[in-house]
Amino acid sequence: MVRFWRELIKGVVISNPVFALVLGLCPTLAVSTSLDNALGMTAGVLFVLLGSNIIISLIRKAVPNIVRIPVFIVVIATFVTVINLLFHAYVPSLYESLGIYLPLIVVNCIVLGRAEAFASKNPISSSIADAIGITIGFALALIIISFFRALLGTGNISVLGRNLFSFPGLTKDPIVLFILPSGAFLVIALLLALFRWTGVMKE
Amino acid sequence: MSRFITIFVSLAVINNFILVRFLGLCSFFGVSKKLSDALSMGLAVTLVMVVAAVVTWLINHSVLIPFGVEYMNIIIFILVIASLVQMVELYIKRTNMTLYNAFGIYLPLITVNCAVLGITLINASENYSIAESIVAALGGGVGYAIVLIIMSGIREKLELTDPPKSMRGLPVAFLTAMLLGLAFFGFGGMV
Repeated sequence: MVRFWRELIKGVVISNPVFALVLGLCPTLAVSTSLDNALGMTAGVLFVLLGSNIIISLIRKAVPNIVRIPVFIVVIATFVTVINLLFHAYVPSLYESLGIYLPLIVVNCIVLGRAEAFASKNPISSSIADAIGITIGFALALIIISFFRALLGTGNISVLGRNLFSFPGLTKDPIVLFILPSGAFLVIALLLALFRWTGVMKE
Repeated sequence: MSRFITIFVSLAVINNFILVRFLGLCSFFGVSKKLSDALSMGLAVTLVMVVAAVVTWLINHSVLIPFGVEYMNIIIFILVIASLVQMVELYIKRTNMTLYNAFGIYLPLITVNCAVLGITLINASENYSIAESIVAALGGGVGYAIVLIIMSGIREKLELTDPPKSMRGLPVAFLTAMLLGLAFFGFGGMV
Protein backbone atom coordinates (compact mmCIF):
# COMPACT_ATOMS: atom_id res chain seq x y z
CA MET A 1 0.00 0.00 0.00
CA VAL A 2 2.88 2.35 0.79
CA ARG A 3 4.28 1.58 -2.64
CA PHE A 4 0.90 2.42 -4.20
CA TRP A 5 0.83 5.89 -2.63
CA ARG A 6 4.48 6.52 -3.43
CA GLU A 7 3.93 5.83 -7.15
CA LEU A 8 0.81 8.00 -7.07
CA ILE A 9 2.48 11.02 -5.48
CA LYS A 10 5.55 10.66 -7.68
CA GLY A 11 3.36 11.16 -10.76
CA VAL A 12 1.70 14.28 -9.37
CA VAL A 13 4.72 16.25 -8.22
CA ILE A 14 8.20 14.93 -8.92
CA SER A 15 7.56 13.66 -12.43
CA ASN A 16 4.59 15.86 -13.29
CA PRO A 17 4.13 15.05 -16.99
CA VAL A 18 3.61 18.63 -18.12
CA PHE A 19 5.72 20.87 -15.87
CA ALA A 20 8.61 18.55 -14.99
CA LEU A 21 8.90 16.26 -18.03
CA VAL A 22 7.32 18.67 -20.57
CA LEU A 23 5.44 15.85 -22.30
CA GLY A 24 2.05 15.81 -24.00
CA LEU A 25 2.14 19.47 -24.89
CA CYS A 26 -0.19 19.32 -27.90
CA PRO A 27 -3.39 18.56 -25.98
CA THR A 28 -2.32 20.59 -22.93
CA LEU A 29 -1.95 23.80 -24.87
CA ALA A 30 -4.73 23.21 -27.38
CA VAL A 31 -7.64 22.35 -25.07
CA SER A 32 -6.75 24.71 -22.21
CA THR A 33 -9.13 27.45 -23.38
CA SER A 34 -11.80 26.51 -20.82
CA LEU A 35 -12.04 24.44 -17.66
CA ASP A 36 -14.70 22.21 -19.24
CA ASN A 37 -12.35 21.23 -22.04
CA ALA A 38 -9.58 20.62 -19.52
CA LEU A 39 -11.80 18.29 -17.46
CA GLY A 40 -13.02 16.47 -20.58
CA MET A 41 -9.47 15.91 -21.78
CA THR A 42 -8.48 14.66 -18.32
CA ALA A 43 -11.32 12.13 -18.39
CA GLY A 44 -10.17 10.93 -21.81
CA VAL A 45 -6.54 10.60 -20.75
CA LEU A 46 -7.51 8.88 -17.47
CA PHE A 47 -9.56 6.26 -19.31
CA VAL A 48 -6.89 5.57 -21.95
CA LEU A 49 -3.93 5.62 -19.56
CA LEU A 50 -5.63 3.42 -16.96
CA GLY A 51 -6.82 0.94 -19.58
CA SER A 52 -3.54 0.75 -21.45
CA ASN A 53 -1.43 0.55 -18.28
CA ILE A 54 -3.56 -2.34 -16.95
CA ILE A 55 -3.55 -4.30 -20.23
CA ILE A 56 0.15 -3.72 -20.92
CA SER A 57 1.09 -4.65 -17.37
CA LEU A 58 -0.93 -7.88 -17.76
CA ILE A 59 0.62 -8.87 -21.09
CA ARG A 60 4.12 -7.60 -20.35
CA LYS A 61 5.62 -11.08 -20.05
CA ALA A 62 3.92 -12.44 -23.17
CA VAL A 63 4.98 -9.71 -25.60
CA PRO A 64 8.33 -10.25 -27.33
CA ASN A 65 10.65 -7.32 -26.79
CA ILE A 66 11.15 -6.58 -30.47
CA VAL A 67 7.46 -5.92 -31.30
CA ARG A 68 6.52 -4.25 -28.03
CA ILE A 69 6.07 -0.69 -29.37
CA PRO A 70 3.57 -1.67 -32.13
CA VAL A 71 1.68 -3.80 -29.60
CA PHE A 72 1.52 -0.88 -27.14
CA ILE A 73 0.30 1.45 -29.89
CA VAL A 74 -2.49 -0.94 -30.91
CA VAL A 75 -3.61 -1.32 -27.26
CA ILE A 76 -3.62 2.46 -26.79
CA ALA A 77 -5.38 3.07 -30.12
CA THR A 78 -8.10 0.60 -29.12
CA PHE A 79 -8.83 2.47 -25.90
CA VAL A 80 -8.76 5.79 -27.74
CA THR A 81 -11.32 4.48 -30.25
CA VAL A 82 -13.56 3.38 -27.37
CA ILE A 83 -13.40 6.73 -25.56
CA ASN A 84 -13.91 8.53 -28.88
CA LEU A 85 -17.14 6.61 -29.50
CA LEU A 86 -18.29 7.07 -25.88
CA PHE A 87 -17.75 10.85 -26.00
CA HIS A 88 -19.46 11.05 -29.39
CA ALA A 89 -22.50 9.22 -28.02
CA TYR A 90 -22.89 10.71 -24.53
CA VAL A 91 -21.25 14.17 -24.52
CA PRO A 92 -21.47 15.39 -28.15
CA SER A 93 -20.79 19.04 -27.26
CA LEU A 94 -17.53 18.11 -25.50
CA TYR A 95 -16.67 15.79 -28.42
CA GLU A 96 -17.10 18.75 -30.80
CA SER A 97 -14.97 21.15 -28.78
CA LEU A 98 -12.14 18.65 -28.19
CA GLY A 99 -12.22 17.84 -31.91
CA ILE A 100 -9.06 16.32 -33.32
CA TYR A 101 -7.26 16.35 -29.95
CA LEU A 102 -9.31 13.45 -28.57
CA PRO A 103 -8.12 10.91 -31.21
CA LEU A 104 -4.64 12.38 -30.92
CA ILE A 105 -4.31 10.87 -27.42
CA VAL A 106 -2.91 7.91 -29.41
CA VAL A 107 0.31 9.79 -30.10
CA ASN A 108 0.38 11.55 -26.73
CA CYS A 109 3.91 11.05 -25.41
CA ILE A 110 2.55 10.69 -21.85
CA VAL A 111 0.52 7.57 -22.60
CA LEU A 112 3.12 5.77 -24.74
CA GLY A 113 5.85 6.94 -22.39
CA ARG A 114 4.17 5.39 -19.34
CA ALA A 115 3.53 2.15 -21.24
CA GLU A 116 7.16 1.89 -22.26
CA ALA A 117 8.82 3.24 -19.11
CA PHE A 118 6.54 1.87 -16.41
CA ALA A 119 3.69 -0.53 -17.21
CA SER A 120 5.88 -2.87 -19.29
CA LYS A 121 8.17 -3.42 -16.30
CA ASN A 122 5.89 -3.29 -13.24
CA PRO A 123 3.04 -5.32 -11.71
CA ILE A 124 -0.56 -4.29 -12.16
CA SER A 125 -1.16 -2.53 -8.83
CA SER A 126 1.72 -0.08 -9.21
CA SER A 127 0.78 0.43 -12.86
CA ILE A 128 -2.69 1.53 -11.77
CA ALA A 129 -1.17 3.87 -9.16
CA ASP A 130 1.17 5.24 -11.81
CA ALA A 131 -1.70 5.88 -14.24
CA ILE A 132 -3.78 7.66 -11.59
CA GLY A 133 -0.83 9.75 -10.35
CA ILE A 134 0.24 10.79 -13.82
CA THR A 135 -3.35 11.70 -14.75
CA ILE A 136 -3.74 13.82 -11.59
CA GLY A 137 -0.47 15.58 -12.44
CA PHE A 138 -1.66 16.13 -16.01
CA ALA A 139 -5.07 17.37 -14.77
CA LEU A 140 -3.45 19.75 -12.31
CA ALA A 141 -1.30 21.30 -15.03
CA LEU A 142 -4.24 21.50 -17.44
CA ILE A 143 -6.51 23.10 -14.81
CA ILE A 144 -3.90 25.69 -13.77
CA ILE A 145 -3.22 26.68 -17.38
CA SER A 146 -6.88 26.82 -18.39
CA PHE A 147 -7.77 28.74 -15.22
CA PHE A 148 -5.41 31.58 -16.13
CA ARG A 149 -6.33 31.50 -19.81
CA ALA A 150 -10.08 31.53 -19.18
CA LEU A 151 -9.88 34.14 -16.42
CA LEU A 152 -7.67 36.60 -18.27
CA GLY A 153 -8.97 35.84 -21.76
CA THR A 154 -12.72 35.93 -21.06
CA GLY A 155 -13.05 37.22 -17.49
CA ASN A 156 -15.30 34.29 -16.52
CA ILE A 157 -14.61 31.00 -14.82
CA SER A 158 -17.36 28.49 -15.49
CA VAL A 159 -17.54 24.76 -14.90
CA LEU A 160 -20.18 22.52 -16.51
CA GLY A 161 -22.18 25.54 -17.71
CA ARG A 162 -22.35 27.17 -14.28
CA ASN A 163 -20.58 30.47 -13.82
CA LEU A 164 -18.41 30.26 -10.71
CA PHE A 165 -16.61 33.54 -10.81
CA SER A 166 -16.45 36.69 -12.90
CA PHE A 167 -13.78 39.31 -12.79
CA PRO A 168 -15.66 42.64 -13.10
CA GLY A 169 -13.33 44.67 -15.32
CA LEU A 170 -12.24 41.75 -17.47
CA THR A 171 -15.64 40.56 -18.68
CA LYS A 172 -16.09 43.79 -20.64
CA ASP A 173 -12.50 44.16 -21.84
CA PRO A 174 -10.84 40.75 -21.71
CA ILE A 175 -7.16 40.34 -22.59
CA VAL A 176 -7.84 38.51 -25.84
CA LEU A 177 -4.21 37.42 -26.17
CA PHE A 178 -4.72 34.75 -23.53
CA ILE A 179 -7.49 32.99 -25.38
CA LEU A 180 -5.47 33.03 -28.63
CA PRO A 181 -3.07 30.13 -29.25
CA SER A 182 -0.16 32.44 -28.39
CA GLY A 183 -1.60 32.94 -24.91
CA ALA A 184 -1.06 29.24 -24.17
CA PHE A 185 2.65 29.60 -24.89
CA LEU A 186 2.84 32.71 -22.70
CA VAL A 187 1.08 31.07 -19.74
CA ILE A 188 3.17 27.89 -19.82
CA ALA A 189 6.41 29.88 -20.24
CA LEU A 190 5.65 32.02 -17.18
CA LEU A 191 4.48 29.03 -15.11
CA LEU A 192 7.63 27.02 -15.92
CA ALA A 193 9.81 30.01 -15.05
CA LEU A 194 7.86 30.55 -11.82
CA PHE A 195 8.26 26.90 -10.74
CA ARG A 196 12.00 27.04 -11.39
CA TRP A 197 12.38 30.41 -9.70
CA THR A 198 10.61 29.28 -6.53
CA GLY A 199 12.54 26.00 -6.61
CA VAL A 200 9.43 23.76 -6.69
CA MET A 201 10.86 21.99 -9.72
CA LYS A 202 14.45 21.45 -10.69
CA GLU A 203 15.65 22.23 -14.19
CA MET B 1 -7.17 25.87 -58.68
CA SER B 2 -8.08 28.63 -56.24
CA ARG B 3 -9.49 25.99 -53.90
CA PHE B 4 -6.08 24.29 -53.77
CA ILE B 5 -4.36 27.59 -53.04
CA THR B 6 -6.89 28.30 -50.28
CA ILE B 7 -6.29 24.91 -48.65
CA PHE B 8 -2.52 25.26 -48.95
CA VAL B 9 -2.31 28.77 -47.50
CA SER B 10 -4.84 28.00 -44.80
CA LEU B 11 -2.88 24.98 -43.53
CA ALA B 12 0.59 26.44 -44.07
CA VAL B 13 0.24 29.80 -42.35
CA ILE B 14 -3.25 30.64 -41.05
CA ASN B 15 -3.91 27.40 -39.19
CA ASN B 16 -0.23 26.68 -38.82
CA PHE B 17 0.29 23.18 -37.42
CA ILE B 18 2.69 24.23 -34.69
CA LEU B 19 1.67 27.72 -33.67
CA VAL B 20 -2.11 27.54 -34.02
CA ARG B 21 -3.05 23.86 -33.82
CA PHE B 22 -0.22 22.84 -31.46
CA LEU B 23 0.52 19.68 -33.47
CA GLY B 24 4.04 18.27 -33.31
CA LEU B 25 5.14 20.40 -30.37
CA CYS B 26 7.41 17.76 -28.80
CA SER B 27 9.59 17.58 -31.88
CA PHE B 28 9.29 21.34 -32.31
CA PHE B 29 11.02 22.07 -29.00
CA GLY B 30 13.31 19.05 -29.19
CA VAL B 31 14.72 19.55 -32.69
CA SER B 32 14.76 23.35 -33.01
CA LYS B 33 18.15 23.84 -31.38
CA LYS B 34 20.21 23.58 -34.57
CA LEU B 35 19.34 24.92 -38.02
CA SER B 36 20.65 21.84 -39.89
CA ASP B 37 18.59 19.46 -37.73
CA ALA B 38 15.51 21.61 -38.23
CA LEU B 39 15.95 21.44 -42.01
CA SER B 40 16.19 17.62 -42.06
CA MET B 41 13.28 17.24 -39.67
CA GLY B 42 11.04 19.63 -41.63
CA LEU B 43 11.84 17.77 -44.84
CA ALA B 44 11.27 14.33 -43.31
CA VAL B 45 7.94 15.30 -41.71
CA THR B 46 6.66 16.87 -44.93
CA LEU B 47 7.63 13.77 -46.91
CA VAL B 48 5.95 11.37 -44.49
CA MET B 49 2.86 13.58 -44.25
CA VAL B 50 2.31 13.60 -48.01
CA VAL B 51 2.85 9.84 -48.38
CA ALA B 52 0.66 9.14 -45.35
CA ALA B 53 -2.09 11.39 -46.74
CA VAL B 54 -2.14 9.45 -50.03
CA VAL B 55 -2.06 5.98 -48.44
CA THR B 56 -4.64 6.71 -45.74
CA TRP B 57 -6.95 8.35 -48.34
CA LEU B 58 -6.79 5.19 -50.46
CA ILE B 59 -7.45 2.95 -47.45
CA ASN B 60 -10.22 5.18 -46.13
CA HIS B 61 -12.07 5.33 -49.45
CA SER B 62 -11.48 1.78 -50.67
CA VAL B 63 -11.80 -0.17 -47.42
CA LEU B 64 -13.14 1.75 -44.42
CA ILE B 65 -16.02 3.69 -46.04
CA PRO B 66 -17.35 0.85 -48.32
CA PHE B 67 -17.45 -1.52 -45.34
CA GLY B 68 -18.88 1.14 -43.02
CA VAL B 69 -16.13 0.91 -40.41
CA GLU B 70 -14.89 4.52 -40.39
CA TYR B 71 -14.72 4.41 -36.60
CA MET B 72 -11.69 2.12 -36.97
CA ASN B 73 -9.74 4.92 -38.64
CA ILE B 74 -7.59 5.82 -35.59
CA ILE B 75 -6.17 2.28 -35.25
CA ILE B 76 -5.73 1.77 -39.00
CA PHE B 77 -4.14 5.19 -39.60
CA ILE B 78 -1.59 4.87 -36.80
CA LEU B 79 -0.58 1.41 -38.04
CA VAL B 80 -0.27 2.70 -41.61
CA ILE B 81 1.89 5.60 -40.42
CA ALA B 82 4.12 3.36 -38.30
CA SER B 83 4.75 0.96 -41.18
CA LEU B 84 5.15 3.81 -43.68
CA VAL B 85 7.85 5.41 -41.55
CA GLN B 86 9.69 2.08 -41.44
CA MET B 87 9.44 1.71 -45.23
CA VAL B 88 10.58 5.26 -45.91
CA GLU B 89 13.48 4.67 -43.55
CA LEU B 90 14.52 1.45 -45.34
CA TYR B 91 14.15 3.08 -48.77
CA ILE B 92 16.30 6.07 -47.84
CA LYS B 93 18.87 3.77 -46.23
CA ARG B 94 19.15 1.78 -49.48
CA THR B 95 19.23 4.70 -51.90
CA ASN B 96 20.83 7.66 -50.17
CA MET B 97 23.13 7.03 -47.23
CA THR B 98 24.03 10.70 -46.70
CA LEU B 99 20.36 11.67 -46.38
CA TYR B 100 19.81 8.71 -44.05
CA ASN B 101 22.63 9.87 -41.79
CA ALA B 102 21.28 13.43 -41.87
CA PHE B 103 17.84 12.24 -40.65
CA GLY B 104 19.37 10.05 -37.95
CA ILE B 105 17.09 9.44 -34.98
CA TYR B 106 14.37 11.83 -36.19
CA LEU B 107 12.96 9.57 -38.87
CA PRO B 108 11.69 6.78 -36.56
CA LEU B 109 10.35 9.41 -34.13
CA ILE B 110 7.98 10.77 -36.80
CA THR B 111 5.61 7.87 -36.04
CA VAL B 112 4.56 9.55 -32.81
CA ASN B 113 4.49 13.05 -34.27
CA CYS B 114 0.95 14.39 -33.84
CA ALA B 115 1.25 16.36 -37.08
CA VAL B 116 1.26 13.22 -39.24
CA LEU B 117 -1.71 11.51 -37.57
CA GLY B 118 -3.31 14.96 -37.39
CA ILE B 119 -3.26 15.57 -41.14
CA THR B 120 -4.73 12.14 -41.92
CA LEU B 121 -7.58 12.71 -39.43
CA ILE B 122 -8.18 16.25 -40.75
CA ASN B 123 -8.33 14.92 -44.33
CA ALA B 124 -10.79 12.22 -43.28
CA SER B 125 -13.05 14.58 -41.31
CA GLU B 126 -13.05 17.32 -43.99
CA ASN B 127 -13.87 14.74 -46.69
CA TYR B 128 -11.09 16.00 -48.97
CA SER B 129 -10.58 14.45 -52.42
CA ILE B 130 -7.22 12.80 -53.07
CA ALA B 131 -5.78 15.91 -54.74
CA GLU B 132 -7.02 18.12 -51.92
CA SER B 133 -5.54 15.72 -49.37
CA ILE B 134 -2.12 15.94 -51.02
CA VAL B 135 -2.26 19.74 -51.13
CA ALA B 136 -3.39 19.84 -47.48
CA ALA B 137 -0.53 17.55 -46.41
CA LEU B 138 1.95 19.63 -48.39
CA GLY B 139 0.61 22.82 -46.82
CA GLY B 140 0.75 21.39 -43.32
CA GLY B 141 4.27 20.07 -43.87
CA VAL B 142 5.56 23.31 -45.36
CA GLY B 143 4.02 25.30 -42.50
CA TYR B 144 5.64 22.95 -39.98
CA ALA B 145 9.03 23.22 -41.71
CA ILE B 146 8.91 27.03 -41.99
CA VAL B 147 8.16 27.53 -38.30
CA LEU B 148 10.73 24.92 -37.26
CA ILE B 149 13.43 26.60 -39.35
CA ILE B 150 12.58 30.14 -38.15
CA MET B 151 12.56 28.92 -34.55
CA SER B 152 15.92 27.14 -34.86
CA GLY B 153 17.47 30.28 -36.32
CA ILE B 154 16.21 32.31 -33.38
CA ARG B 155 17.28 29.70 -30.83
CA GLU B 156 20.82 29.60 -32.22
CA LYS B 157 21.01 33.34 -31.46
CA LEU B 158 19.30 32.88 -28.09
CA GLU B 159 22.13 30.60 -26.98
CA LEU B 160 24.40 33.63 -26.98
CA THR B 161 22.14 35.77 -24.81
CA ASP B 162 21.96 35.85 -21.03
CA PRO B 163 18.36 35.55 -19.78
CA PRO B 164 17.51 35.26 -16.04
CA LYS B 165 18.43 31.84 -14.65
CA SER B 166 14.89 30.52 -14.25
CA MET B 167 13.98 31.56 -17.81
CA ARG B 168 16.83 29.68 -19.48
CA GLY B 169 16.06 26.85 -21.87
CA LEU B 170 12.42 25.95 -22.31
CA PRO B 171 10.64 28.99 -20.80
CA VAL B 172 12.41 31.38 -23.13
CA ALA B 173 11.70 29.01 -26.04
CA PHE B 174 7.99 29.11 -25.16
CA LEU B 175 8.10 32.91 -25.08
CA THR B 176 9.73 32.92 -28.52
CA ALA B 177 6.98 30.62 -29.76
CA MET B 178 4.40 33.03 -28.37
CA LEU B 179 5.89 35.97 -30.29
CA LEU B 180 6.09 33.85 -33.46
CA GLY B 181 2.47 32.87 -32.93
CA LEU B 182 1.43 36.51 -32.66
CA ALA B 183 3.30 37.24 -35.90
CA PHE B 184 1.51 34.38 -37.66
CA PHE B 185 -1.80 35.61 -36.23
CA GLY B 186 -1.45 38.49 -38.66
CA PHE B 187 -2.08 36.08 -41.56
CA GLY B 188 -5.56 35.47 -40.14
CA GLY B 189 -7.38 37.84 -42.47
CA MET B 190 -5.86 36.47 -45.68
CA VAL B 191 -8.41 33.85 -46.71
